[in-house]
Amino acid sequence: MNRYTTRTFLLETAMVAVAIVFAFPVYVLVNLAIRSPSDTSSPIALTRSPTLANFSQAWQEGGLGGALINSLIVTAVSVLIVLIVSSLAAYPLARSTAHWSRGTFLLIMLGLILPFQLAALPLYQTIRDLGLLGSIWSLVLFYAGLQVPFTTFLYVGFLRALPRDFEEAATIDGCGPLTAFRYVVLPMLKPITVTALVLNTVSVWNDFFTPLLYLSGSDQQTMPVAVAGFVGQFVSDWNLIFAALLISIVPVLAVYLSLQRSIINGFAGGLKG
Amino acid sequence: MTLDLQKRSSERPVAAARPRRRGPAAPPWWFTVPALLLFAFVVLVPSARGVYYAFTDWDGLDPAFAVIGLDNFTAMADDPDALGAIWHTLLIAVAITVIQNGIGLLLALGVNTTIKSRNVLRVLLFAPAVVTPIVTAYLWRNLLGPDGAVNSLLGVFGIEGKNWLGDPGLALWMIVLVVVWQFAGYSMVIFLAGLQSIPREIYEAAAIDGSGPVRRFFSIVRPLLAPAITINLMLSIIGGIKLFDQVYALTGGGPGHATDTISTLIYKDAFTLGEFGYSIALAVVLTAIVAVVSAGQYAVLNRNEKAAS
Repeated sequence: MNRYTTRTFLLETAMVAVAIVFAFPVYVLVNLAIRSPSDTSSPIALTRSPTLANFSQAWQEGGLGGALINSLIVTAVSVLIVLIVSSLAAYPLARSTAHWSRGTFLLIMLGLILPFQLAALPLYQTIRDLGLLGSIWSLVLFYAGLQVPFTTFLYVGFLRALPRDFEEAATIDGCGPLTAFRYVVLPMLKPITVTALVLNTVSVWNDFFTPLLYLSGSDQQTMPVAVAGFVGQFVSDWNLIFAALLISIVPVLAVYLSLQRSIINGFAGGLKG
Repeated sequence: MTLDLQKRSSERPVAAARPRRRGPAAPPWWFTVPALLLFAFVVLVPSARGVYYAFTDWDGLDPAFAVIGLDNFTAMADDPDALGAIWHTLLIAVAITVIQNGIGLLLALGVNTTIKSRNVLRVLLFAPAVVTPIVTAYLWRNLLGPDGAVNSLLGVFGIEGKNWLGDPGLALWMIVLVVVWQFAGYSMVIFLAGLQSIPREIYEAAAIDGSGPVRRFFSIVRPLLAPAITINLMLSIIGGIKLFDQVYALTGGGPGHATDTISTLIYKDAFTLGEFGYSIALAVVLTAIVAVVSAGQYAVLNRNEKAAS
């Protein structure tokens, strides 16, 4: 079963061919991003005289630097809040069998079904009345609440499979509930925290609909909105647009490639939760 | 399984062994308060208000609006754009679910072998799943354009290109193609985790007993893969029903209304037409579809999983 046979070789060839088909769009992306707009040869022909001019122009005219910083702030702060409040809430929800606990858990799980489109418009009105439209803090608040159900679900599932002995010992030794949580429970939650961190970071960073609603018409942008605005502005200047797309992809791919093991396991981790 | 074990150990009678002590009190209820407040403010209260607004003629600005009963919903039944969007939404969701999971499973089976490139392939095929969907959609909008790379590539083989996104009969399938390209690797990773949890011995024993690869797949792999299948189907069908970004970037719902989904129609009706009440009624329909699909899928798959284990 572990020998490398002719069949294995054929399978390997087929899989590599599939991977090349999958990678084809990325080849075109890079190929056109480094091409001067005056070069009108076929998009699949290798660019003969590559240039980096598109990148500097896209960076300067697209406001991508500011968008990158906004995306970083929004993602980091909201994911941190979600992880803290959800793990904290999951602790009694996983441990207590009282009616209020089960009811609360079901109420939060309702959020897994409700599509955000339903809440988006009334919340838009509330955010507008609070004068928070066009502020990235409205997004932080939004994601901090929106991601609670899924994150709590992950934590509760994990906690239920975790023995209580350590926290019981800590309580007997005189730890208050908050101290027991902080120093005993939280460290044991590390594997599921990695999963929750990865999944929340990816969905918050990539979200487009919400910032499109809450930031439109303001000078504040996140990366996805900045890219969409850029495409709207430079309609058919595709070399420039591709440079902007590539700029927005590079930080994501850099993080992905450096942490690929944890990230892939994070995505697959929901399976065990 | 682990869940059951835990339940048993937590219900163990304390009294039997030692002099009676009450187990330490459960963690206090107020631990749930911060999460509940955020959840209520962002999801629960606005969703409840949304359901209410669906029965009004609210325009999003005017504080004076009237309750109009079911008018928004009856209007929907006479609105070809809304009916079309509901149909497109279901079609896209089903197509994505079938194709993405089919390809994802084949990729997982291919990678879960002794081929040398398996680790590189896993990283590479999953990579699109972490990239921002709106960005990959804009990339594909160019690739599928009349002078795009796809037509150039077909030209190399002497096949005449098409206006992929401008043809009402093709555009919808191009949206499916782009989503599948991006997320087939995601399905693969989940299937792969499921495959790797199958003990090799079972598989080898069956091989020794003389069952071929197809038989082994259907008799051993498929039943043991049930949890991975459940999660993959859930993720892809719910994601497909809510699809917005890719449609917005690839076709904007066009040509005409050929690719409008419920989500793009919600956006257009609210923010370009100012029909907030009608738009939210569409969101209620979307919610109902998601709820029915989740409940149905949960019931069916739960039974299958039980039958398989």
